[in-house]
Order: sequence, then C-alpha cells, then structure tokens
Amino acid sequence: MSKDILVVDNLNMHYETLEGKVMAVNNVTFSVKEGESFGLVGESGCGKSSVASTLLQLQSDNAVISSGSIKLDEKELVGMTESELRKVRWNDISIVFQGAMNAWNPVIKIGEQIREAIREHYPSNSKKENTEKISELFKIVGLEDSIMDRYPHELSGGMKQRAVIALALSCDPKIVIADEPTTALDVVIQDQILKEIKKVQELLGLSLIYISHDIAVIAEMTDNMAVMYAGSIVEKGPTASIFSNPRHAYTRLLLESTPSVVGEKKKLRALDGEPPSLINGLDACAFSPRCPDPSDDCKNGNLEMKLIEIEDGHWADQCCVNCG
Amino acid sequence: MDNVIEVNNLVKNFDVSKGFFSRNKTIVKAVDGISFSIPKGESLGLVGQSGCGKTTTARALCLLDPKTSGDVKFYNPEADEMQNLDNLNDDQVKQFRRNTQMIFQDPYESLNPRWTIKDIILEPLNIHNIGSLENRTEAVVEILKTVGLTPPENYLPRYPHELSGGQRQRVSIARSLIMNPKFVICDEPTSMLDVSIRISIMDLMLDLAKDLQVSYLYITHDLAVARYMCNRIAVMFNGKIVEIAKTEDLLSNPIHPYTKRLISSIPVPDPKYTREKYEINFDELDEIISNNTENLPMVDVGNEHFVATHDVKDLLI
Repeated sequence: MSKDILVVDNLNMHYETLEGKVMAVNNVTFSVKEGESFGLVGESGCGKSSVASTLLQLQSDNAVISSGSIKLDEKELVGMTESELRKVRWNDISIVFQGAMNAWNPVIKIGEQIREAIREHYPSNSKKENTEKISELFKIVGLEDSIMDRYPHELSGGMKQRAVIALALSCDPKIVIADEPTTALDVVIQDQILKEIKKVQELLGLSLIYISHDIAVIAEMTDNMAVMYAGSIVEKGPTASIFSNPRHAYTRLLLESTPSVVGEKKKLRALDGEPPSLINGLDACAFSPRCPDPSDDCKNGNLEMKLIEIEDGHWADQCCVNCG
Repeated sequence: MDNVIEVNNLVKNFDVSKGFFSRNKTIVKAVDGISFSIPKGESLGLVGQSGCGKTTTARALCLLDPKTSGDVKFYNPEADEMQNLDNLNDDQVKQFRRNTQMIFQDPYESLNPRWTIKDIILEPLNIHNIGSLENRTEAVVEILKTVGLTPPENYLPRYPHELSGGQRQRVSIARSLIMNPKFVICDEPTSMLDVSIRISIMDLMLDLAKDLQVSYLYITHDLAVARYMCNRIAVMFNGKIVEIAKTEDLLSNPIHPYTKRLISSIPVPDPKYTREKYEINFDELDEIISNNTENLPMVDVGNEHFVATHDVKDLLI
C-alpha cells in the first residue's frame, strides 16, 4: 500500500466580505496517496477551486483559514511563512489553473517563461540544462522543441494548455492539481489533453487532484473522488464504488443529470433551485432545501452534517443517505 | 413531409485580404456548400468543433450576416407557403424575422443590462407592433409563466444582473418564443450553464417544442447534449456537413471517420466503460474534404443516413 502524500484534515476556510463570512470550505477532510488520481466534483460555487487555492496557500487576501491542517509529505502547510511556501510551491505541489492557457505573458516566449520558473527553484542550473529539461517535458506532453521560441499568440488553445502542463511539471512536483484544465477547450482537444494528463501521470508516478464539474471526466480520470456541495464534501470514496452505488441524494442527482452518448437514451433528472448562500455558514444539511424526496430526518433538519462510512472507504453525509 | 426550412448549397465566405490595395483576395470559406432541411416539429443538431462554421451557418440563416450564395427557403405560416429568402419584399422579411428566432450562447451578454426583464421581452412585440399595449404586457406575463419564471410579477421589474444564469437563459427563451416562432436557432444555449441547471433548461426547451410545435436548429459541440435534444444530427467539419442521420443511427452506426472521432472523444459517465480509441489524421482528413474543389456528393446508406463521399468504401480508413 502506497503512503499518503497529501492529508487534508478538517479544513475550514472562509472569505471575509462586507456582508459577512462566506464559508467556502467547511470541514473538508481527504487524503491523496502516492500515484493516485483524486477527483473533486461539484457545481459552480461549491468550493472546489477554493480547496485548490487553499492547498497551495494561494487564496485571495480576504480568505482566512480558521482551522484544520494540510500535510504535504508530512510537512504542515497551514501557518508556513511566505518564503517557506515558495519552496513548497512548484517543487512539491503545482497547479494547472482553469483557463491557465490565457495566463501566458503575451510578450515573452513560452520557453523563457518556463525557464523562469525553473531558474527560481534551481538557481544553479545552467541555461543549457534548463533547455534540455524543457525539451524533455515538451516531449512528454507532445509538443515540438520549436514551440519554446514561440510567443503565446502563435499557439492554439490546445498547445497552450499542453505548455501549461509542461510548466506545472517543470520542477518535478510530487502532486499536481488540475483545476478544470479542459473547460475552455473543444471536445476533441479536451480528449487529447485528458489522454496526455493520464499518460504523464502514469509515466512520472504523479499524484493528481483533478477538479471538474463534469462527472463524466471525473469517471474517466480518477481512482478516488469526492463530491462537494456548498463548501462541504457530501460523499467520497473509490470512483467505481460511487458510480455503482451513489448514496447521497445529491450524487445520485448529479449522475442522473449527465447525458451520455452510449447506452440507452435515458430521461435525465433536473435539479431545481439554487445552491444556498454560504454567508455566515449553514447549520444543518445544506442540500435539504433542494432534496427532491427528503426523508423525515432531512426535512426536520435533525441530523448535523457528518460523513458516515457506508462500505470500505466509501463515505457519505448521513443526512441525505436515506432520501430519494 | 412539410419542412420549416430548406437549405441548399449555402456558402458563406469571409474576405480576409490584408491591406487596402492588395490585389490578391484571400478568402476563408467558413461555410462551404451545406444542405439540409428540417421537418416541422423536428429538431436538427449541428455538431462540430470550434471554428467549423456552426455559428456562421446560424447567423447566415437568420439574416444577421448576408450569405455569399445558396438557396434558403423557409415556411411562412402567414402565407402558408415556402418562400425563398432571396426574393422577399419588406413585409415578408418581417414575417420571416417573426417566425425565425435565435437563442444565444451567453445569457450574460445577450440581454441588455440596462433594461428590465419586461422591456427585454416586450421589445419584439413593440418592433413588430403586435397587439395593444395592454395585450403586450399580458403576453409577457403569460410567456414568463410558460418558461417557469413564476410568479411573473416578481421578474417583470428586475434587471438581468439580479438573475442567475439559468433564469437569464429562461428570459432569452421567453424573448424568442413570444413571437410564436415556428423555427428557433439555438447557439449552444446551455454550454455556459451549470450541470444541474442545464437539464432543466433542456427539458423546458423540449417541452416547449412539443407544446408550441417549434423546430430547433440546435448548435452544440457536445454530442451527448445533441442526443438528448435532437431527432437528427448533422456533423460539420471545415464548413461542410460530412454526415447527417437520425440521432440514434448516427451514434450507433457512424460511417465518416470524423464522426467516429467525435463520438470517441466524448467522456462517458461510467468508470467501468472504456472508450474506444479512434485516432485520425486531421491533415489527411482535411485533404479529403477541403481540397475537393467540387462538393462531395451525399451518399445515402439507408435509413435517411447520408455521408459526404464519392464511395462509402473510401471512408474505411
């Protein structure tokens, strides 16, 4: 059994705003093993990206981690100083942001921008060494060496995204967070990038946290997954087990609202209502108001939010397990 | 069967020559001779990658951009006959515009931020001068109920920024349906919406199609969405339709290599399912399709399933 590389324990994070505290991440607990691919799925505003930015401590200025711990390879990240964090970022953990391909500096060549990241972390490397390193990375993600001397506007969306992945790998991180890396891309390009990420992960033995709103992508990309709703994890476990036996009412709805090109054409279920406001937090189960067929406990809000283990390694929030 | 629209050899070129004095004209053939028709009450999905000419087709069809050549005939319920778009008089153009509406991709940009919901939905009625002022307001209230924005009084005085993405898209749908159109062009109406809201908008559009006898030209890059929404699907590549068939037939029995590639690139929400890997050489495909000066004929392979090729055997790469 490989060891845990990232352990997130009871993480709470909120944003201080004029209207009050927006509880974006509530009691989030999960761990990622070496070489494992872990998926985070949920609708917009459920806190997926907040978790990602908190893991790297890149959250915006008004974000406060009120409690919890993030252990990366047994190092505690919460409470680290900025200079300590700079050593961890990219060396140990790196991220591919949503729409990162549009974040290239338009007036600097792609190769130079990647070299800059490597230089920051390995100042003693010679320029030649760095170029060799980039050429190696480009081979992995399927780009030609000549791309190094190109400017971002000369590349297509798919190529830019490949280069971003090369950038994320440039300092040999142990774990890479991919935050919706394919949302802005075409279906065919998305397919190519997904294959590339999978190949890279297997080749380098990386751990991967894959964040997406598309449950179909999560099904293909991950070994274990967590479903988030309103800042909390409502169900987590092995991907295969969640898909074959979804226990939380929200997970079931997510699965039944995704169209597919294979199998029988099914009537899909719609999810009515809006996600709750997270200002000043929620007391009871966040999903109850939208629950299509709530159990008595769910309706009355008897149960507090708590994950219970249903079968080996498969956890779900106790409130909506018995709802329809 | 009666059609709401018949498109024959539609071409839309863009002149991208550089410089004012340049002698050589550079032309991009965005839509290169496509033909299709949509029977009354049916929906056609137009599927393809970004830049294949889906949106250009839509804009040319509803007269937003002038087409370069080709014939477009539409059914005019007011005259109860098929009319050619090229020889319409002013009145008929108005009738065409009444009966052909569009729903756009981005509900954040397609609604005027300074207008209330009432103004937005009222505008088409004002332009076409339909009914008295009172009747118009009644019609707006009625259509808001139809698209599920209830109670309507709560929505009438609001501005777009006060609504969520799903609600805005319902307003867009209300605006297009208030004219009682028979044909609505939808340009990726759900791609900006969240997964959970997407289905309710798609279901709403399906219900309205049934109740109001509307036909859709549904543009999307997601075959899974097209499958849910459409009776037939046309696959577009580089400005040309390469395959057109009934939805289930196209998905279970794709013939063109590009269709196969497109289907194989859609992730399946089932971890146990392994997608068939299907790789094609896009340059080669480009050559087969684009470098043909004459349009490839559409070959019928049975069951109203058409493929663009000289001989189906050529496609067995």
